[in-house]
Amino acid sequence: MPADFNWAIGGEAGDGIDSTGKIFAQALSRAGRHVFTSKDFASRIRGGYTAYKIRTSVDQVQSVVDRLDVLIALTPRTVEENRDELHDGSVVIYDGSRTTMQGLDLPEGVVGLDVPLNELAEEAGGAIMRNVVALGAACEVSGFPIENLDSALQKRFGDKGTSIVENNEQAARLGRDYVGEEFDHEFDYELETTDADYVLLNGDEAIGMGALAAGCRFYAGYPITPATAVMEYLTGRIEKYGGHVVQAEDELAAINLALGAARAGARSMTATSGPGIDLMAETFGLVATSETPLVIANVMRSGPSTGMPTKQEQGDLNMMLYGGHGEVPRFVLAPTTVSECFWKTVEAFNLAEKYQLPVYLAGDLSLAVTEQTYPPEAFDMDEVEIDRGFVVDEETIADHKTPDGKFKPHEITDDGISPRAFPGTDGGAHMSTGLEHDELGRRTEDTEMRKKQVEKRNRKVETAIEREAFNYREFGDPDADTLVITWGSTEGALVEALSFLEEEGIEARVISVPYIFPRPDLSEAVEAAETTIVVECNERGQFANLVEHDVLERVERINKYDGVQFKADELAEMIQDVLGEPAEKSEVSQ
Amino acid sequence: MSSDVRFTDFKSDKQPTWCPGCGDFGTMNGMMKALANTGNDPDNTFVVAGIGCSGKIGTYMHSYSLHGVHGRALPVGAGVKIANPDLEVMVAGGDGDGYSIGVGHFIHNVRRNVDMTYVVMDNRIYGLTKGQASPTSRADFETSTTPEGPQQSPVNPLALALAAGGTFIAQSFSSDAMRHAEIVQEAIEHDGFGFVNVFSPCVTFNDVDTYDYFRDNLVDVADTDHEPTDRDAAKQKILDSSREYQGVLYRDPAAKTYEESKGLDEPMTEIPDGAPEDAMDLVREFY
Repeated sequence: MPADFNWAIGGEAGDGIDSTGKIFAQALSRAGRHVFTSKDFASRIRGGYTAYKIRTSVDQVQSVVDRLDVLIALTPRTVEENRDELHDGSVVIYDGSRTTMQGLDLPEGVVGLDVPLNELAEEAGGAIMRNVVALGAACEVSGFPIENLDSALQKRFGDKGTSIVENNEQAARLGRDYVGEEFDHEFDYELETTDADYVLLNGDEAIGMGALAAGCRFYAGYPITPATAVMEYLTGRIEKYGGHVVQAEDELAAINLALGAARAGARSMTATSGPGIDLMAETFGLVATSETPLVIANVMRSGPSTGMPTKQEQGDLNMMLYGGHGEVPRFVLAPTTVSECFWKTVEAFNLAEKYQLPVYLAGDLSLAVTEQTYPPEAFDMDEVEIDRGFVVDEETIADHKTPDGKFKPHEITDDGISPRAFPGTDGGAHMSTGLEHDELGRRTEDTEMRKKQVEKRNRKVETAIEREAFNYREFGDPDADTLVITWGSTEGALVEALSFLEEEGIEARVISVPYIFPRPDLSEAVEAAETTIVVECNERGQFANLVEHDVLERVERINKYDGVQFKADELAEMIQDVLGEPAEKSEVSQ
Repeated sequence: MSSDVRFTDFKSDKQPTWCPGCGDFGTMNGMMKALANTGNDPDNTFVVAGIGCSGKIGTYMHSYSLHGVHGRALPVGAGVKIANPDLEVMVAGGDGDGYSIGVGHFIHNVRRNVDMTYVVMDNRIYGLTKGQASPTSRADFETSTTPEGPQQSPVNPLALALAAGGTFIAQSFSSDAMRHAEIVQEAIEHDGFGFVNVFSPCVTFNDVDTYDYFRDNLVDVADTDHEPTDRDAAKQKILDSSREYQGVLYRDPAAKTYEESKGLDEPMTEIPDGAPEDAMDLVREFY
């Protein structure tokens, strides 16, 4: 068990769970501790169980585990929902003066701290601060100096005035003092602080920040969980760089607006979640056929149909790879961590413009709402490079014209990449269309030209494979007999599962694949391994199918589709189960 | 932009495959004249078209253009214009394209009031799929899919536009060439979303809404005492089902365009070679 600490606050939606959790996460981050947060929430505005969980350590943390050390329970259901994660020595902070919380049934060995949260909050200036009282109590339990909370309270409430901040600081101290004075108990925890400066952000915010760093100037979207935060991040920030966000009337409008802006020459993107991708599918074909650079972020959630909008799944891989009628090239990138959400977004814009095609960015709910700490250098802006691809201007356009002076926007070239003229470029007027077209962009049904254009578009993929490094990331023991492959947000849990496995004497080589298409060649790695397991948050094993297709070999699968992301310790057990029966194909599903 | 542009400069070398006599010829010619008359040239003009007979217009015109998917030309046009306000953006569509599959975008683009021009070739029938009822077909119009007529009220596009807060609402007749070009020109000159519904008869499938019908029934509001800035007067004419009107029915010269409201006046085409200079501030926000 790594030296980490697991904390949660749970209650009903509307209880301020999210902001309380965020304050504590920020306090930890500002105290130089690494943080990994996760959220458990229902698709409703008020009521219904909701929780904010934090795993923190002085080392980098990359996933959640099935363990809770301190739980702030605002409702009895909070205890029920987390009963299995409480252990001997866990502490539950609750307000026993609330009718519903009286006679709270706690598992044996769990320490219950009955703190009059409401009463102390009122003493500090208002019942609204009861969660902050609980934070103060948690500080005392975890040996975390309360001064660290102050700067997070300042960040949260600073806009509302000094007295609000002071009242909150006071509320926290009342909570701390109450625990210190009323309970004669030695707590097991001592949260150490460091001098490190970390930033704390989630995947959606990282996608938005990546877009700004990459020069994105236009975003159109329609609100949908869990992608909305990308739009919220960009709104209010993109204007500073001369860009603009349009909240469209629907997803169809969103992608068409983004397509228009991209054709006009702006770096342009949209973000949505699965149902929105379905709606965008028709225009997606037009984007690809008209060879327009566009970034489409799909922040996946549980499907199909409306599915479970606030739950995790990696179920849209097939949709992104194959969605839409006919055959058109597209790239699919899948960021694996919050920081990779930033870097893959930057890369997506470059790839879109270099190869003049749509690029899917496959995020998911777990990445979107997960906040992770990083040193600021993890987002070193000096590392950001921008490549706009093959753009012609007034001077160079002449090299790409027919003998009678017509510009060829879909010129057949050796590498498949045609010249791009931004509208307004003198001598570049041309049409483009979703109809099959000739080099001039004019509709054609000529069989030879049809073949040439299809081949030209696909040749861009070959060119990209030659020119780009579509690599995988690797962890663990490179010589291990067991190879575990994953993609997207599951990387963190898998990397941490490695340390649990090591404790059991199991070595594994882990490969995390951030490029779904084009993707790196995995055949050598699979051939070298005795057992290959593909881990992903879906039932069908969509990526496992691709691996099998590529390596012509059956692989083992671990699939999870209950709506919850993999937890490191749980995943370690699942891997052990698979390895326990190496002779036959086993499926471990939760 | 040059001053010696002729409307024929907007013609491509593709011969239209529209049926001989189709209203769309006149509609397109008027659009090209209006573009030339307003000082535009093919290199600063972006034409977006949808699907259907009207959608072919991008092939027959010479300019920067994109032939979009069915019903979705308007958001493409809005995206082009917002990303580069220096471009003259014109969107062309048909009654099926704009008032059936695309009616949501129609209403929302009217509301949005981006400074562009929307020309709808309204022939009150689906031509390219060979003669089915369209949203503007009369209730008793018999077609292959509506043998007893659609038995639904036709969409009144002008009323929709007015209700949605339209700032320029006009109607023209493709056969009245001079007047049609004039009206489209006014739409281009309007600061905001210039909407022109053009009666563009289908000679092959529609034997009711014919050239003769429009000639006999069309009243030009310019020949009346109509004051286009008077919204109530516009409403009266637009809801008057006893006549067909051409001309500018409504105009709000004071309305702010989307771009004005949002402070958008620069093209978004230029970006630095790397991240913005102050980009680390974005990171530090998360401290």
